[in-house]
Amino acid sequence: MSSGLKNFLGLFLGALRDLAPIILVIAFFQILVLQQPFPNLEKVIPGLFFVVLGLTLFIQGLEMGLFPLGESMANAFAHKGSVVALLSFAFCLGFGTTVAEPALIAVAAEAANIAAKAGNIPLTDESQARYALELRLVVALSVGFAIVLGVFRILKGWPIQYFIIGGYVLVIIITNFAPADIIGIAYDSGGVTTSTVTVPLVTALGVGLAHTIRGRNPMIDGFGLIALASLTPMIFVLLFGMVK
Amino acid sequence: MLDLLISLLYAGFATMRDVLPIVVILFGFQFLVIRKKIPNLKKIIIGFVYVLLGLTLFLVGLEEALFPLGETMATQLSNPEFLGLGPDKPVLDWSDYYWVYIFAAAIGFSTTIAEPSLIAVAIKAEEISGGKISSVGLRISVAIGVSIGVSLGAFRIVTGTPLPTYIMVGYIVVIIQTFFAAKTIIPLAYDTGGVTTSTVTVPVVAALGLGLASTVPGRSPLLDGFGLIAFASVFPIMSVLAYALLAERFAKRAKVKKDASSGREA
Repeated sequence: MSSGLKNFLGLFLGALRDLAPIILVIAFFQILVLQQPFPNLEKVIPGLFFVVLGLTLFIQGLEMGLFPLGESMANAFAHKGSVVALLSFAFCLGFGTTVAEPALIAVAAEAANIAAKAGNIPLTDESQARYALELRLVVALSVGFAIVLGVFRILKGWPIQYFIIGGYVLVIIITNFAPADIIGIAYDSGGVTTSTVTVPLVTALGVGLAHTIRGRNPMIDGFGLIALASLTPMIFVLLFGMVK
Repeated sequence: MLDLLISLLYAGFATMRDVLPIVVILFGFQFLVIRKKIPNLKKIIIGFVYVLLGLTLFLVGLEEALFPLGETMATQLSNPEFLGLGPDKPVLDWSDYYWVYIFAAAIGFSTTIAEPSLIAVAIKAEEISGGKISSVGLRISVAIGVSIGVSLGAFRIVTGTPLPTYIMVGYIVVIIQTFFAAKTIIPLAYDTGGVTTSTVTVPVVAALGLGLASTVPGRSPLLDGFGLIAFASVFPIMSVLAYALLAERFAKRAKVKKDASSGREA
């Protein structure tokens, strides 16, 4: 127990160190640049305590739950030897975790608003809601596709850079044909799709697969799933903007 | 105190709802397809509870303590009056926004250091590379990339220059760097671009973008407010690749020196 407590304390201090820069930056700008008092200290101090405690628990849980689970599933799939089962799991993981992602819901609503103001779709709530839903489905599909492609790449041992550079070239080409008002949203959509719970799981899955499959190097083949999952939404959203 | 508890409960439910699809998929495949016992199931479930509880506390704490302040700050710093607009200065130049650029860089750096998903990837990278890649070193180089990216993104909003140009130049630099980088760092560097922008960074950075786009004359918040996240996703790739190149070069030079000195001894 005492070693568990020691471990927790170590993580707690680590979390405190991780949060220190934000606190310093905000305090510096508030007091020295904007020259205003620090408001609501009675709210800020418990809030900061929550943040540090929360980060500590998250990291503890990461090592206990998310990493081992992702790895054991990768292991089980690799031993089962069914590519179809593995790829359908990959698709569900990508699609399922993205479609309900709060950041994506917010961005999709914003995009519908822009499209309506630009006159691309009728300015009614109904058409905006449909546009937002379609956009979310498109992004979720693109992430599902990305994880499938990424897992297949790990199985085959193909280098990631061909996919990423190819994707970049596609983004650049499509940007020239896409309506100007979708570009900002499309570029941002890549960054908002990967949530805090998905990232550790997907990373553990990729690394676990690369560990289990003979001839794969976890550093070279294990990473890269997140990169693909941030690239495909840009392409799909740009295409969505062109079709709409 | 009571409203704090209520927001905790509320956030707890929201986190559970977000995580629910993941849990359904994981356990669905586990029981229907894999059909094998999960090793250490009890420990994994406890770990999941920790993650849920941790994320909830983390988000509530950020919303109580930091986000309101960060967001107000972003708006105040981009306020033309604060920037010195007055009778003797009727038009602002891009260089008058220097506090905005400094704030963008500082907040981009510090929020990235605290980003939980980046911490996760960094821990994994350190573990797999056998300590060759240090978790802290990786996070600092990512944070430097984000801070340059967000600062440049703020400059873009102020000047109204087109977003695709910046991103394309960014891509070209990444492609060139890829040719020179060690094979082992490339996938990790690409991944860091996707993980930098989540829970902590997005709200404050988005507020900065929207604040700037609504106060700089001639910008529309709907069109120009976006794009900062894209900057924050491309630049870390560059900084991580650059860090790896430098680290490799230093290691080589150190090795040459060591070999030379040991050769002399012999």
